[in-house]
Amino acid sequence: MAIEVKIPTILRTYTDGAKSVDAKGDTLAAVIDDLDGNHPGLKGRLITDEAALHRFVNIYVNDEDVRFTGSLETTLKDGDVVTILPAVAGG
Amino acid sequence: MTRYNSLLEAFGDTPLVGLPRMSPRWEGENPVRLWAKLEDRNPTGSIKDRAALAMVRAAEADGRLSPGCTILEPTSGNTGISLAMVAKLRGYGLVCVMPENTSIERRQLLEMFGARIIFSPAAGGSNQAVATAKQLAERYPDWVMLYQYGNAANAQAHYEGTGPELLRDLPTLTHFVAGLGTTGTLMGTGRFLREKAPDVQIIAAEPRYGELVYGLRNIDEGFVPELYDDSVLTSRYSVTSYDALRRTRELIEHEGIFAGVSSGAILHAALAIAEKAAARDDERADIAFIVADGGWKYLSTGAYSGSLQEAAERLEGQLWA
Repeated sequence: MAIEVKIPTILRTYTDGAKSVDAKGDTLAAVIDDLDGNHPGLKGRLITDEAALHRFVNIYVNDEDVRFTGSLETTLKDGDVVTILPAVAGG
Repeated sequence: MTRYNSLLEAFGDTPLVGLPRMSPRWEGENPVRLWAKLEDRNPTGSIKDRAALAMVRAAEADGRLSPGCTILEPTSGNTGISLAMVAKLRGYGLVCVMPENTSIERRQLLEMFGARIIFSPAAGGSNQAVATAKQLAERYPDWVMLYQYGNAANAQAHYEGTGPELLRDLPTLTHFVAGLGTTGTLMGTGRFLREKAPDVQIIAAEPRYGELVYGLRNIDEGFVPELYDDSVLTSRYSVTSYDALRRTRELIEHEGIFAGVSSGAILHAALAIAEKAAARDDERADIAFIVADGGWKYLSTGAYSGSLQEAAERLEGQLWA
């Protein structure tokens, strides 16, 4: 099962500069574990020691913020797109 | 009553307009209807007039502001324009810290109202404007930073204005969709609606910019407004420039509403909700969304000319919300 994961500029040091990488897993937690297997260290930038999403990291599945869809337990299916972005100011 | 003693009284109470052509089911037993709240009908043409006026009044009431004071504010444009108008009428100076990648119309309007603009670098977007403003506040302690991202009066303006207006005009409201920037609109309106209509869904649409805007040096430089409380929201969508532009153009094409780009992003999220509701024959929905401003200030960005793809590329490094 292939999930496309879009990587923000600030984390591309972990993906050899790649803007987007493929990962596997049927939940967001599984996808992040799979990502970390291929790109060691990435998980630590997204998830805190308390196993929660980092405060300044937003993750979207098909443009919807995962904090409102089950957070790390959000389920994924083939063809879904995961977008990782740092939290920035608007207004 | 449509007569006012001053422009400062002629704000809010904006029209709520139906979208019969873009709504999935306008008629019938279980309608799924979209309603646009036209916040461009405020004195300087954006929803920010509500927050600007409320923040100034609160600062006057608690003694932080008195005639002759200088107000300092980080802003990507609309809040600055609103504050500039209020500052002019109430006798204050205004210094705006604005990212350099905002439209030329915003600069021209600010200058016309007599505001001073200090530009912050494009890389880092509004984050950088906030950081620069905080440094200036330390250097010039007599300047008064109202700080829209953490000022309770910002959200309160919507709790007392936008929220009650919506429920008065649309008692059957089921969903409210607005843009997420300072988060003031969603926090204030959302709290009011949740108290009065407990099953209401509160949906945020936030802009997804080009990479330049996310050019932080590390994740810890990220920013979440102090006003933000995610328990007020029920879902949150990130909308690309392309989708925002596409919906902005559809809004003109089908409903004759000439809105700014961020309103297209909000409509995009509203349509996602509407389509989910319309997929079930037995579900009705009245979805109100915010038109935050008109399209006038974005004409120079090319948002309204050429193909969608070209326009989206031109907008890539710009702040449009």
